[in-house]
Amino acid sequence: MSPKTRLVLGRYSREAKEWPSCPLSLLPEEILRRSMDVGVVSDEGERAATYLQIDHSVVLQAVQEAFKGKIEVMSTRDALERYSWLRDYWWRLVRADADDYTRLADSLWDQGYFIRVFEGEKVILPLQSCLFMSTENINQNVHNIIIAEPRSEAHIITGCTVHPNVHSGLHVGVSEFYVKEGAKLTFTMIHSWAREVEVRPRSAALIEDDATFISNYVSLKPVKSLQMYPTAYCRGEDSRVSFNSIIYGVGESKIDVGAKVVLQGEGSRGEVVSRAVATDKAQIYVRGFLLGEHEESRAHLECRGLLLSDEAMIHAIPELLAKVKGAELSHEAAVGKIAEDQILYLMARGFSRDEAESLIVNGCQHTGAPGEAQQGHQEDDRRNDPWSTINR
Amino acid sequence: MDILRVENLNVEVSGRTVLKNVSFSIPEGEVHVLFGPNGSGKSTLIKTILGFPGYKVLSGSITFKGKEITDMPTDERVKLGIGVAFQNPPAVMGVKLGDLLKEMMRDGEEAERRISTLLKELNFPRNFLTRDVNLGFSGGEIKKSEILQVLAQDVDLMILDEPDSGVDVENLQVIGEVLSRRLKGRSALLITHLGYILRYVDADVAHVLIDGRIACSGSALRILGQILKEGYSWCEKCPRVKGLRCEGFL
Ligand SMILES: Nc1ncnc2c1ncn2[C@@H]1O[C@H](COP(=O)(O)OP(=O)(O)OP(=O)(O)O)[C@@H](O)[C@H]1O
Ligand SMILES: [Mg+2]
Repeated sequence: MSPKTRLVLGRYSREAKEWPSCPLSLLPEEILRRSMDVGVVSDEGERAATYLQIDHSVVLQAVQEAFKGKIEVMSTRDALERYSWLRDYWWRLVRADADDYTRLADSLWDQGYFIRVFEGEKVILPLQSCLFMSTENINQNVHNIIIAEPRSEAHIITGCTVHPNVHSGLHVGVSEFYVKEGAKLTFTMIHSWAREVEVRPRSAALIEDDATFISNYVSLKPVKSLQMYPTAYCRGEDSRVSFNSIIYGVGESKIDVGAKVVLQGEGSRGEVVSRAVATDKAQIYVRGFLLGEHEESRAHLECRGLLLSDEAMIHAIPELLAKVKGAELSHEAAVGKIAEDQILYLMARGFSRDEAESLIVNGCQHTGAPGEAQQGHQEDDRRNDPWSTINR
Repeated sequence: MDILRVENLNVEVSGRTVLKNVSFSIPEGEVHVLFGPNGSGKSTLIKTILGFPGYKVLSGSITFKGKEITDMPTDERVKLGIGVAFQNPPAVMGVKLGDLLKEMMRDGEEAERRISTLLKELNFPRNFLTRDVNLGFSGGEIKKSEILQVLAQDVDLMILDEPDSGVDVENLQVIGEVLSRRLKGRSALLITHLGYILRYVDADVAHVLIDGRIACSGSALRILGQILKEGYSWCEKCPRVKGLRCEGFL
């Protein structure tokens, strides 16, 4: 571990009690309730599989009977023991020495999940996972591997949160996604942290021929600092990626999120759609980077930010880099306060100022009709509507 | 009883006095018309009645249903029963027309039913409910959407700012017939330049606003006839503008 990584770690504790295996229904009530806030469904029957990790312990890794042989879900430690080939997927898209946090996750690795959707399997129920921190000031470093085999289809909902008594901690989550030929993977991540928690997801996805990766991200609660910049490599022909995020910055949260799309395959398409709302003293940086490396590729970046307080800040940083002619990259960004004329218009319909604001804020967060990249290769349906899974 | 009474209203917008000593009243159950050249202050008067910030009442008063509302916040005035179909409403990105209507009406199933009826009456396609309010709406579509909203609001005083401007012949007929039915026996204030809507709606009295002042009041159809014939120049000749009473049209 580098001296700087040690410094990062120095503020946090690595001590956590061991948790035994336990079904969701027998979890302590506060833990279950918080998990449900981030999209976990307590009836395991409504999910194809469930993975739950509390601090450093794997508490639940279960695939429903009907889905056995179609998907596999287990901790990455078990998976690496079982499959020697998994080494070829480990630290391949994200570099172990990329920064202090990846180095930390490399040297002090606390499980994480391995999910494999078998070739040709269309999994009709979502899979769910929950990464939970239940010890004050703990450091949790998970490393997840997700493989959608050729022509498979699945939706994974991951919730990350803390116990109501936990105020501080450091969560590092490395995720490597492999979306193989013709596969479609939807990944919805919902975060709900606490005022002094630092969060560093480190993710990347490799998307092969005719494959689609849809990544949805939601963060609505305070956080001390949250920084992530997932990268999608659209390597395959006609590969598609869509990043959608909804960020609500409250309190003194410092949030720096973005997504990078690398268009390498012929006909590859990408989109990054971000919605940010900043109130109180929140600071939100919304980044996006489109890199066109193929002549026949196209991507679009869109950011909409609403400021609800004079002390809040939203900084949109869109970057477009075309390395070949023919790559079509575009962006639109609009950041500002809610227009007063819109509020007055709604007040003229009988809403109070607060009601008018929240109508506009909610509206802003839920716009972003699925664009070209998200439409992918198969018809999307209600089941895969990421926002329908959010309990608010 | 007067549903609306405006007395000696002086209003400043962006440092300029736009309304000068405006007085008029609408008795309950009457439909009044407000005429006036472009920029004379008609829309300003409406926004002042609604209490929009920025429309500063220097003096005078507005009374609605016997209650003085001059200093009341907009949403409270609206809750008392004032509804406005705006001339130039803003687009509200992210807010679907259907969601707005449902939130406004606050009663689930009944709201659904009423919205369907109104859409049918206005011949307004249902898919507009899933569009962001006013975003990319054409001129005529905005008019229909505004009328739809104000009818859904179910208010006691309906104020329609140019419901007939920019509307084609067939849609004018649709809007006209809807308003004719829905305004019967109700109180309303209509703003119109060319009076097309008055072919469908029976208006009682008209007021003419010129340069921020009520230049005259009288029979709606007779005033419209004069305006169409001579423009507003006749009005400048009107003795009332010179501070005398204009008897001719009452
Ligand atoms: N917010 C504002 N800032 C500056 N000037 C304003 C503002 N609102 C209205 N005015 C001015 O006040 C005057 C009256 O405007 P208003 O919109 O009331 O006219 P109107 O009678 O409705 O005209 P039209 O028939 O063209 O709709 C105009 O000169 C207009 O430019
Ligand atoms: Mg006007």
